[in-house]
Amino acid sequence: MCLAIPALVEQINADDDAVVNLGGVRKAISLALVEDIKPGDYVIVHAGYALQKLDLAEAEHTLQLFADMSAGIGDNED
Amino acid sequence: MKYIEPFRNGAVAWKIARRIATEADPHRDYYLMEFCGGHTHAISRYGIPGMLPGNIHMIHGPGCPVCVLPMGRLENMIQLAQTPGFIVCSYGDMLRVPTARGDSLLKQKARGADVRMIYSAADALQIALRNPQQQVVFLAIGFETTTPPTAVVIKQAQMLGLTNFTVFCNHVLTPSAISHILQSPEIRELGLVRLDGFIGPAHVSTIIGSKPYTYFAEEFQKPVVIAGFEPLDVMQAILMLIRQLNTGRAEVENEFTRAVLPDGNIKAQRLVAEVFELRRSFEWRGLGAVPYSALRIKSRFAEFDAERRFALPVLSVPDHKACECGAILRGVKHPRDCSIFGTACTPDNPLGSCMVSSEGACAAYYRYGRFREHDHDDTAKVH
Repeated sequence: MCLAIPALVEQINADDDAVVNLGGVRKAISLALVEDIKPGDYVIVHAGYALQKLDLAEAEHTLQLFADMSAGIGDNED
Repeated sequence: MKYIEPFRNGAVAWKIARRIATEADPHRDYYLMEFCGGHTHAISRYGIPGMLPGNIHMIHGPGCPVCVLPMGRLENMIQLAQTPGFIVCSYGDMLRVPTARGDSLLKQKARGADVRMIYSAADALQIALRNPQQQVVFLAIGFETTTPPTAVVIKQAQMLGLTNFTVFCNHVLTPSAISHILQSPEIRELGLVRLDGFIGPAHVSTIIGSKPYTYFAEEFQKPVVIAGFEPLDVMQAILMLIRQLNTGRAEVENEFTRAVLPDGNIKAQRLVAEVFELRRSFEWRGLGAVPYSALRIKSRFAEFDAERRFALPVLSVPDHKACECGAILRGVKHPRDCSIFGTACTPDNPLGSCMVSSEGACAAYYRYGRFREHDHDDTAKVH
């Protein structure tokens, strides 16, 4: 129920309505809960509403953190 | 899909798992609760318990709004659905939850009641606009993630001056539920249930931020790590919790920095504060009455409050006798401890809400875990 997914904002219309693209699937959602969204931004979408803008720098940072955390553990280590 | 696939990389997951195995202290056990039903499912679906060493135990929490809604509230909706001139709108999972008598909103629909499944609160508003002669009631459930959309549609209904749209508000609050669990006699006094730390919910936290968890980290001395929903997020959060526990820290850490800010989403919080206020007490399935754990609609929006408009009675309805949802929601029992799990109670014929809901512990275990012989995801047993 609280599951939400990151989606790419393609188009912004009047009244806080927008069209997002999630892996090729386009969906109409509401931007009533967020601010300063532009086409090209990624947002977390839940039940038809964008909840938060995805911070892309932080996303990259987190992926880097995973890589660092698991550094020093070889592929053939048991 | 961008920003999803990299967070599911199996090779990296195994590396993190090996690091967890290296750092987990073999002389102790770790009991970690994932509060959120979405995490319960992610953990089962990606086989995370099988990747953890045997001394790390994942305990399922009550973060499943369908699972914690008491049957009396569902009965209220069923009665409204049976009333001529009413359209009842609900998110999908609630339609299949069975009452003790084996009734459900879906069965009412089969018998001719006008019950509509919706994906968004906005859909319910649309139905009200398109059916001016009918009374449309939206069954609003959910934790803090789902509450802001309900606030938005109530305000829209007010702006449009609708007289045929109401909301049956069952929104509940995460921090109160966590406090309640930590304060339960089973944990605080009797030491029957051991809980060392929490994986904080992902999308609830995008709304409320990371600050609200500081209270329990300090008061109860339990670390909290907020995690995203992807398997790497969860593995990372487990590693962060192990590290905190190993060094005796009890802090709030945020693994989900790409979507959670310390203050959360202020705009959404303001909308919620405008429309809702705290109930002094609310009954949760499995947890009993929990103080200041739920929201109701403020009186200035009274004409959109189904409870007030239709004088809905407070019904106390007991669960199915054999159903262990209550104990499972508190982390005291595991789905396999339930005598009807997988036999009388299955996803096709659910007897309790933990099996119906896409976030329920029983549904997760049935779908992803029940054929495993040896399980790491125990509940905390007596020591």
